[in-house]
Amino acid sequence: MSTFVYMTRCDGCGHCVDICPSDIMHIDETIRRAKNIEPNFCWECYSCVKACPNHAIDVRGYADFAPMGHSVRVRREEEKGTISWKIKFRNGTEKDFVSPITTKPWGKFIPKLSEADKPNQGEINSETLYSEPKSLNTKKDLPTINKNSFKKGVYY
Amino acid sequence: MITVNPFSQLAGTVAPILMQVFVIIMIALVIISTLLDIVHKKNVKYFFENAKKAKKSAKKNLSTKEKTSVVLKTIASDIATTSELGAGKRRLAHLLGMYGTILFWAGSVVMIFCYASPSSETPILWPIIWHVGAIMTVVGGSWFWFFLRVDVYSEAFPWYRIIQADLFVLALIACAFFGLIWSFLQSLSLENRWDDTLFLVLFIISNLALFGGVYWSKFAHMFYKPGAAIQKNLAEADGSRDNLPPPADAPEKFGLGIKREEPKHY
Repeated sequence: MSTFVYMTRCDGCGHCVDICPSDIMHIDETIRRAKNIEPNFCWECYSCVKACPNHAIDVRGYADFAPMGHSVRVRREEEKGTISWKIKFRNGTEKDFVSPITTKPWGKFIPKLSEADKPNQGEINSETLYSEPKSLNTKKDLPTINKNSFKKGVYY
Repeated sequence: MITVNPFSQLAGTVAPILMQVFVIIMIALVIISTLLDIVHKKNVKYFFENAKKAKKSAKKNLSTKEKTSVVLKTIASDIATTSELGAGKRRLAHLLGMYGTILFWAGSVVMIFCYASPSSETPILWPIIWHVGAIMTVVGGSWFWFFLRVDVYSEAFPWYRIIQADLFVLALIACAFFGLIWSFLQSLSLENRWDDTLFLVLFIISNLALFGGVYWSKFAHMFYKPGAAIQKNLAEADGSRDNLPPPADAPEKFGLGIKREEPKHY
């Protein structure tokens, strides 16, 4: 659904305002804490949830299952370089995941496409994307799958 | 000026009992407005309901000793040093303002209730505490208001844009600032000259705005924040963690470990 802010946890640091790709996290004029000014436009990217140093932002679930106790929460530990997730299902199942932080610093590593060579028709028709396979750091061609190994009924 | 009790000088024209009644009214305004705020926002009700929910998902029962230890740690770290603001300018400005205000208010109460009569001798410490507190409040508050406000810092609004959230900080700065100027004018023995009276009136008005505006301002956050910090640390200690995942058990430097940049990319 959309993000919302636990007001007692928020200290008005502005990280969510800064990072929101939809520009809908803003500062409340009465209490100077963050708020989602347009919940309809929130696409649950979780950027603000991860950026919040005080775990003050959560994502509201859909009304039909939110009251049944599900929860998706995240802890970002920048000193370890980790993002941890805890997914709590309605039936009580809990799953924990840990992923490395792969975010790059602001404004760095932006591909300078206008300075790159124009792709030829062969590259346009190819399945590889811009700068692949070099950018994948595999130092070899991409692996291929023998199409005969696909199950019957799947055609590419 | 810094060693003179401005209230004992004022006692020549205003009876100490009137000053004491003023202080009591201000304290009553804070209590009544905070209670009204609690009833209106239902935040304390939410707080206890949430604490009950957290207790249900607790992984272990904390003993009284463990709970006391968590509360003491919270007071020493989260409350006394406002650690949630991280290391940086915001925390420094907040600490300056917070401790300045505590000193300023403590100095005011002691000097008004114990040393306000013209005949009493004020120990030199109290006027120094009052003046240093006021200076710290002005410096910390102004630093925050001019340079560190999130709506200016992260949203790029101009510094002169005043919103309702400024009521608390501006009234606080005004109290300390007008109090200092009034104290300076008192020390010149101007015999109630117009500017002496003007700054006394401004000092009183700013106090009325600060304590009378609690219901509309952010004043009550200083009561809510410590409670929220204690609840957060208790939830970490009992394993409920407000449904947050546990700290990652990952090898050192699992990912890039990128530090949050200052939120100024508008």
